[in-house]
Amino acid sequence: MKRFAVPVIVFAGLLALLAVGLKLDPRRVPSPLIGKPAPAFEASSLHDPSRQLSLADLHGKVALVNVWASWCASCRQEHPYVRELARRGVPVYGIDYKDARADAVDWLNTLGNAYVATVFDPRGRIGLDWGVYGVPETFVLDANGVVRHKHIGAIDDRSLEDEILPLVRRLRAEATK
Amino acid sequence: MIPEAGHFALILALTMALAQAGFALCGAWRGRVRWMQVADSAVTGQLFFVTVAFGVLAWSFYSNDFSVAYVAENSNSHLPWFYRLAAVWGAHEGSLLLWVLILCVWTMAVELFSSELPEAFRARVLGVMGIVSAAFLLFMLATSNPFTRLFPAPMEGRDLNPLLQDFGLIAHPPMLYMGYVGFSVAFSFAVAALLGGRLDAAWARWSRPWTLAAWTFLTVGIAMGSWWAYYELGWGGWWFWDPVENASFMPWLAGTALIHSLAVTEKRGVLKSWTVLLAIFAFSLSLLGTFIVRSGVLNSVHAFATDPQRGVFVLVLLALVVGGSLAVYAWRAPLIRSRGRFDLLSRETMLLFNNAMLAVAAVTVLLGTLYPLIVDAMGLGKISVGSPYYNMVFVPIMVPLLVLAGIGPMVRWKVQGAGALARKLRAALLASGVAAVVALWWIVNTSPEAVLGLTLAVWIAWTSLQGVFERLRHKSRPVRALRQIPRGFWGMTLAHLGIAVFVAGVTVVSTFGVKSDLRMAPGDSFDAAGYTWRFGGVHPVEGPNYTAQEGSVTVLRDSTVVARLRPQKRTYLVQRNPTTEAGIEAGVFRDLYVSLGERLPGDGAWSLRVQYKPLVRWIWFGALMMAVGGALGATDPRYRKLLARERAAADGRGEVTV
Amino acid sequence: MTPARTLRTALAALALAWAAAAMAAGTTYYRFDNARQQARYDRLTEELRCLVCQGESIADSHADLAKDLRDQVHEMVAAGKTDRQVIDFMVDRYGNFILYRPPVEPATWLLWGGPFLLLCLAAAVALARARRSRVEPVRALDEEERRRLGDALSRHHGRQGRS
Repeated sequence: MKRFAVPVIVFAGLLALLAVGLKLDPRRVPSPLIGKPAPAFEASSLHDPSRQLSLADLHGKVALVNVWASWCASCRQEHPYVRELARRGVPVYGIDYKDARADAVDWLNTLGNAYVATVFDPRGRIGLDWGVYGVPETFVLDANGVVRHKHIGAIDDRSLEDEILPLVRRLRAEATK
Repeated sequence: MIPEAGHFALILALTMALAQAGFALCGAWRGRVRWMQVADSAVTGQLFFVTVAFGVLAWSFYSNDFSVAYVAENSNSHLPWFYRLAAVWGAHEGSLLLWVLILCVWTMAVELFSSELPEAFRARVLGVMGIVSAAFLLFMLATSNPFTRLFPAPMEGRDLNPLLQDFGLIAHPPMLYMGYVGFSVAFSFAVAALLGGRLDAAWARWSRPWTLAAWTFLTVGIAMGSWWAYYELGWGGWWFWDPVENASFMPWLAGTALIHSLAVTEKRGVLKSWTVLLAIFAFSLSLLGTFIVRSGVLNSVHAFATDPQRGVFVLVLLALVVGGSLAVYAWRAPLIRSRGRFDLLSRETMLLFNNAMLAVAAVTVLLGTLYPLIVDAMGLGKISVGSPYYNMVFVPIMVPLLVLAGIGPMVRWKVQGAGALARKLRAALLASGVAAVVALWWIVNTSPEAVLGLTLAVWIAWTSLQGVFERLRHKSRPVRALRQIPRGFWGMTLAHLGIAVFVAGVTVVSTFGVKSDLRMAPGDSFDAAGYTWRFGGVHPVEGPNYTAQEGSVTVLRDSTVVARLRPQKRTYLVQRNPTTEAGIEAGVFRDLYVSLGERLPGDGAWSLRVQYKPLVRWIWFGALMMAVGGALGATDPRYRKLLARERAAADGRGEVTV
Repeated sequence: MTPARTLRTALAALALAWAAAAMAAGTTYYRFDNARQQARYDRLTEELRCLVCQGESIADSHADLAKDLRDQVHEMVAAGKTDRQVIDFMVDRYGNFILYRPPVEPATWLLWGGPFLLLCLAAAVALARARRSRVEPVRALDEEERRRLGDALSRHHGRQGRS
């Protein structure tokens, strides 16, 4: 008698799984870098080709690294939020991903440069090391240079107020301990 | 005005479906013949209104009525008329309407061709189909109305996805849905039998033709999908283990188990509860497939535009229909008694193992498809499950099944002597052994999979043909005997031969296929797979609604031109996504395949991919053979003769079975 | 040289140049030292998933990222890195999602082992079911049963009015 009930019980389990699945996003790829030191790089600055930049330039402070490109429409929509972050005292560094130097400089001049510094990554090699698969993407680094969070896609009101700023505050508090 | 009529027609169809379900099931329960007759009329009514709704949508597409949101999102006035009509089922809402239309068609067919069924049973079948229909109509009206309007109406539509602007869209979904939805008939037969508390061999005989027909359509639908992906997507693959593909393959596997199980139950009256469970399983997998495609739960290139609200609705639908039927099974299955007896070595046992393995195969595909979701739901991160996994896990599971496909038909019903069986199989074993040796010697880089595949293909082909030979062997007039072989037997033989052809095709193309990514400037040549591929450069061309860069590649063998291929990179005027059209030279024994990559810096060079694909068409030809086999089985006049006899007997006894 | 000979020489040179041009070889897009490296590259790129389109391997995808990753795989294979090193490189940056062949770890034991366990289970269940239906060998009736059969038959014949 009992074995006839097996199918319906198994099916109930399947339904539960699918119900949970409806809340998840299968396209989102989490970053394996979280909890690990940010990948090192040394590349030229966007504005000054002779100047080399590296993670040391973050000076041991909690910072954001924003990956963008001038050909990316969402980055354009996101930039006001980047500027807002800068205005609120959060240092944001930029990685200009697979772009042309002239286009990128123009873009920043038009929209207003909010980055402390921007590194030029024309072939996407730095992006590859950081696990970038689309722009824009934003990484939150703590005072020790460890990646603590990756935000995929453009930053908006909600992610600014509910996700990024609280995290920055927490990381800063951690650093002072 | 007209789209609103379509919307209204859907509402009326829903009332018809509810009437159908309600009157049929209550009528059967209470023994009220009048009520059951009302249900019959409701079937006709439902078909009428759904056809009207479908017709309205088709008209909206044909006449470029962009005030209908669905038309605006999926069509364009520059689209050729046949694509405009096929676009009706090009996205979520319209394909659901197609689903329901096809369900109504099957219901009507059951209503028309089932006069020999006992009244109550027949009513219950129509009732269950009515419930499914009502659920889908409700789903459409609540979350996916194809007739929603756009104000102000745009001047132009967003155009049909360029990948869909192809013959494949015209043929593949309708065939697939005929199959998917057709399994609802077997499902309804099963649930109706459970509800009525009576399950006998006659039930299996009634179910068989319907199930075979649905299976045939599904086989054609899947084969078409594979063929379409091959020539349309541009990289020469024919199966990707994409969740949506798997969603059609799982019901096929369960359906194959079902048609075999029905054969056992019909002939010997055993394995009844297994057959019923398989019938529920096959259609449940169809519904699960519907969920996967439309809920956004899994990642797929194929998936329709998703919406969590729709996902929830389909989940509830799934819970009620599948959960309900499995609950009925848990409740009623204990009453089913199989009285037949069979030996450990008998065809019944062979088919039992066959069904077990097919069921495991279906669950394996399900496991692989859902596993990324399982891992994510448990918070363990994200993984991907793709071809390498299935090749390592699914293929080995199929091997014992393929071996069995050769043995099974040779084994007698009820009791088979082991010695007699061994004698029967001797020749086939020898032939397969020879094939294995030849394959080992011939394939330079000995691939065990290739040897195994070819050996199995020979094994199955030999035993299938031997089955025919056995039937003619001791007959004095073989030609006459040939004509006396039942159509169903030809069906089985052809279908099994189709498997052999399919396996041969897959094995050869996987082992001997050659692929090269090249960099070529105009005038360059490259040697690959024994052919010389000469690139003639790329020039712009224009199509009805696209512009393209067309390459010209000449393929030579020993300095004779074998093919002139024209791969394209198209940019459709509206959606502007580039698509690749491969240049293919099709052949019975091999395909030559070229696709353009991108323009490379310097001297007009392009990157392209050239492929040599031996026996690739055997994959779809094998599937076609299987489908024809299924069709032969479904149309076996044996059923009509038996039915006529049964009807006469029932009349003679003055019976009205309720 | 006479004009005729000059012309012939020129024509010959032209023909040679034309022939050379006609035989100008296209090359494989990526160059490798040997066929084995090419085969390894082919296999690796088919096992890595393109994260942009997500429905194709990096071998087949036209996306920019796919091209970058192909370049990376080519570079590593040509430099003599092992398959394991290439896979680890990708997983370090993109996680297990990029692998079409899921790694074997506790989270995926069910995935890798499940089907085979299920096969064994199904075979066992099928075997049990087949055993239960065994045809009993027909044995002769014993004394008691023969007597009962005789009685039953004579009763039946008596009722029918036959001897």
